[in-house]
Amino acid sequence: MLSKIWLGMILIGGAYGILKGEGSAVLQAAIAAGEAAVKNGLQLAGILAFWLGVMEVAQRSGLVEKMAKACRPLLVKLFPSLPPDHPALGSILLNLTANFLGMGNAATPFGLKAMEQMDQLAGHTGTASDAMCTFLALNAAGLTIIPTTVLGLRLAQGSQWPAAFLLPMVLTGLTGTIAALIIDRLLRRSKKGW
Amino acid sequence: MDNGITLLLCFILLFGYYRKVDLYDSFVTGAAQGIKSGLGLIPYLLAILFPVYLWQGLGLTGAICDKLAPWLAFIGLPGEVLPLMIMRPLSGSASLGILTDIFSRQGPDSPAGLLASIYQGGTDTTFFVLTVYCGSVGVKNYRHTLKACLTADFVVYGAGLFWLALLLK
Repeated sequence: MLSKIWLGMILIGGAYGILKGEGSAVLQAAIAAGEAAVKNGLQLAGILAFWLGVMEVAQRSGLVEKMAKACRPLLVKLFPSLPPDHPALGSILLNLTANFLGMGNAATPFGLKAMEQMDQLAGHTGTASDAMCTFLALNAAGLTIIPTTVLGLRLAQGSQWPAAFLLPMVLTGLTGTIAALIIDRLLRRSKKGW
Repeated sequence: MDNGITLLLCFILLFGYYRKVDLYDSFVTGAAQGIKSGLGLIPYLLAILFPVYLWQGLGLTGAICDKLAPWLAFIGLPGEVLPLMIMRPLSGSASLGILTDIFSRQGPDSPAGLLASIYQGGTDTTFFVLTVYCGSVGVKNYRHTLKACLTADFVVYGAGLFWLALLLK
């Protein structure tokens, strides 16, 4: 599915470039994308390293386990295939909390850790497990109550009422999250990807 | 929010100290993992950014939006928001750039500015989440997840229009 969308976008882009007489567009995009990927990747590596370092401390001290225990009822409902005392639940909780509070940079490392723990549990099959699918759906829906970036941008652009969009945005995010969870449940039994 | 992060950091470290965890050694062990997975993500970032940049560089995204705008005005959707709707699931930084553009041309409090704010904040970057999270653990078969997430994105677009109309007009 992803391969098809990817190929489609490149073919359409390439054809459009040739028709428009801008054959160099592909090369320019390749250079720009390469630069951005390395820059973003290195930046991400630094942030990841920092938060995974902190996370390791939280894990060894038993803090992650404590937090996961407190939220266990909800998490167990969302992830019935994970053992209730598995450390992955702690990572999932930290990831969702960070997203919720608009700390996108802090959320990614916790999410990657959660994926690693779920992958270990599933036995490195190369296929997303049920728990991974639910987790990915939740993350792609990305429910946030404090969208720091958008708020800051609205303030910077001289909005009269920077927080005007907050309530409809939270309700929209909630609608999207519930939709993602329902669709995930409905499609789960289908064997094919797409 | 920034103070919250500072407090959280101090709390985690103090709790670890109290529980007699070797703080320095734990931090370095975790950080080493972070560097490894961060560098491993570069190929996935490259793969997702190339077509996005190609379309933007050619002005293809803008051209599609100009064509569709009249039909979208029909359901009350400002045409200026369409580029954001196309880019939102693909690239967080590209859609943020479009959001800035809408703000500076239409104003953050215009209908387009408000709807764009809702779309930027009300969902996350589906393709980024999928490629990066799955890429980091070598998961190649997403099963139904891409379909589920993209459908949810469309639900978000509809829900945004609905809640905005209900609450702010």
